[in-house]
Amino acid sequence: MTAEAKALPSKSYLEDGYTLSSWFFSTDHKRIAILYFVSITLFFFVGGAAATLIRLELLSPTGLFLSNDAYNRLFTIHGVVMVWFFLIPSIPNTFGNFLIPIMIGAKDLAFPKLNLASWWIFVLAGCFVIAALLIGGVDTGWTFYAPFSTMFSNGYVVPAVIGVFIAGFSTILTGLNFIVTIHKLRAPGMTWFRLPLFVWAIYATSLVMVLATPVLATTLMLIFAERVLGLGFFDPKLGGDPVLYQHLFWFYSHPAVYIMVLPAMAVMSELMSAFCKRRVFGYKVVAYSSLAIAGLGFLVWGHHMFVAGESVYAGLVFSLLSFSIAVPSAIKVFNWTATMRKGYVSLDAPMLFALGFIGLFVIGGLSGLFVAATGLDVHLTRTYFVIAHFHFIMVGGTVSCYFGALHFWWPKMTGRMYPEMLGRGTALMIFFGFILTFMPQFILGWLGMPRRYHLYPPEFQVLNVLSSAGASILAVAYTLPLIYLGWSLFYGKRAGANPWGAAGLEWLIPSPPPRENFETVPVVTWEAYPYPLKPQPVERKETP
Amino acid sequence: MSDALPAVHEQYQVATQQLAADRLGLWVFLASEAMLFGAVFFSLAVYHYIHPAAMHAATDQLDLSMGAVGTAVLLSSSTTMALAVKAAGEGRRWETLVALIGTVVLGLAFEAIKVHDWFDEFGKGLYPPAGPPFPLPQPAARLFFHLYFVSTGLHAVHLAVGILLVAGLVIMQVSGRLTLPERMVTVEMVGLYWQFVDIVWIFLYPTLYLVSR
Ligand SMILES: [Cu+2]
Repeated sequence: MTAEAKALPSKSYLEDGYTLSSWFFSTDHKRIAILYFVSITLFFFVGGAAATLIRLELLSPTGLFLSNDAYNRLFTIHGVVMVWFFLIPSIPNTFGNFLIPIMIGAKDLAFPKLNLASWWIFVLAGCFVIAALLIGGVDTGWTFYAPFSTMFSNGYVVPAVIGVFIAGFSTILTGLNFIVTIHKLRAPGMTWFRLPLFVWAIYATSLVMVLATPVLATTLMLIFAERVLGLGFFDPKLGGDPVLYQHLFWFYSHPAVYIMVLPAMAVMSELMSAFCKRRVFGYKVVAYSSLAIAGLGFLVWGHHMFVAGESVYAGLVFSLLSFSIAVPSAIKVFNWTATMRKGYVSLDAPMLFALGFIGLFVIGGLSGLFVAATGLDVHLTRTYFVIAHFHFIMVGGTVSCYFGALHFWWPKMTGRMYPEMLGRGTALMIFFGFILTFMPQFILGWLGMPRRYHLYPPEFQVLNVLSSAGASILAVAYTLPLIYLGWSLFYGKRAGANPWGAAGLEWLIPSPPPRENFETVPVVTWEAYPYPLKPQPVERKETP
Repeated sequence: MSDALPAVHEQYQVATQQLAADRLGLWVFLASEAMLFGAVFFSLAVYHYIHPAAMHAATDQLDLSMGAVGTAVLLSSSTTMALAVKAAGEGRRWETLVALIGTVVLGLAFEAIKVHDWFDEFGKGLYPPAGPPFPLPQPAARLFFHLYFVSTGLHAVHLAVGILLVAGLVIMQVSGRLTLPERMVTVEMVGLYWQFVDIVWIFLYPTLYLVSR
């Protein structure tokens, strides 16, 4: 590539001040990314601890140690923390924040102060939710279904709702920042179709963030107004309509699924091209399919309401649209797979995570077709089948990619390599541990075990114990990186600018990058993924 | 033009790029705001369709003439705000100041009318959770008033933010910190927000007062 983007000898962003305030009040997108990374890691282990307790409790058909009420509070806190405080910010706010400006050749996001503000807003939101947890928890489930949440719940709904409401503004501001940055701060020559597919997918995510999250804000505001002021929107006794709640909530929460999974798809394109040393097959189709998923995602919310009193015709239309959204998702999977063909595939840890994603995402996606079919959904809805389905997408898919991204860009973010064998082992453990945890839940759901109960008929015990055994593997696998990545910060091998021999502007600058990313703004004269890389120091064979 | 713009931050190469980013940022923000109100609008629209009789009965309880006066006041404030933006762009400082003050006054007048309406409606028992008994038998009429109070309340809060922003511009200009036409973009941004809040009312007024009358 050209000399405009050559390495420069200035201080890295990590050496740009060592005080706490140089971190907490930094407007550097890379430091804010690290702030997010640390905060969501904390939340990941809070939510993970709740999951561990749930799986322990379910070891026995009669429950082990929890009351009904405590169990309700446990799965609620698991859902609320994992959805809004881990999954939604996970990839966009850490890797998106860190990489988007670098990938497009910019020195920072369009609005650095707003970026910092959005982290502080996130922290404030987290305080409300943790407070709700500490003073006694919430028992509504993460969906806050009304009128239970507004009139009957004796949990601390209000602080939890306020926390999620505030977190929404952090999401909106981040999405806004990304949209403006991608539109207005691309380096000279960085046209839309030269952007890495990571940027395309994060752009699509940002659109959903900006347009769906405000509807959640309104919905939560209405819960607040009904619970505190007695304005009845959802409680029939006050003239309200409980179905309205579900429409509003799912109008946000289905698109939110794509806030969670599109960034994983963003990471996938980067991993597949870097570890196959090939341009992603069908670049433009993959780029457009991100936008298609974002757009269609707004039209399918009714598939959560097939049994909630929605009309048969509405059900038909929502079912059809839900099937159609599988098309762009499948296109992406086929294109990533096709990228491997005739590529130089290397099975480093990030690639193992990526391959794991394909396996788990395909299972999750296909089971989504089951629950999108109206007839079948009547049988499967509110069972463990649904639990298994969305965990395959959001945990199997997104969390795998999150760890893939973490290993792939770790050398860039910290300047150190992680221990490769431990990375590979973790990837395998996450994949097989995941299968063992959630495959039995498909069967449980098929057999009719409902979600959100901690007591179940004894014939379901074997499958539940298998699932809990898988969860124990997952618990170890998710904790391991904390240890060896932490170790690598001090003792890891120094990483060069481009340890993977990958394409992309982020690999042309030193690891860790300097404060200003690029000394001079790069001029881009090449397409995305220009494999085989010619002037790279890494040795590679010629294409046959 | 470009030498008359505020200082350029390090992530931008030229001032016009920064200006374009600021503008786009505000438009994206307004799109997000539109979705915030959209949820309430669509709820109202759906219940107009499902319960026409109850919605008709509920709409009849509202004071149409006060609503019309409020709408006129708010539309006038749109005009003064537009004049302020135009005058600011041309560097006519006194006209900008007068137009901004006019906008604040008209905005406050609208808020006063709205608060008066709310007290009036409360007195008639139209606030279902409290006060005198609700006069209408249909449950959906209650739903209408719940949505009425939440949507007009949300709008009033947005307008209050707008009034504070415009008042801030007035103070900045009086104290000489709003140099024109260099800082014209600041006036333009506040103006854009103001027009958005007015447009929300342009949709709210017929949805609440007219459609089912
Ligand atoms: Cu859905």
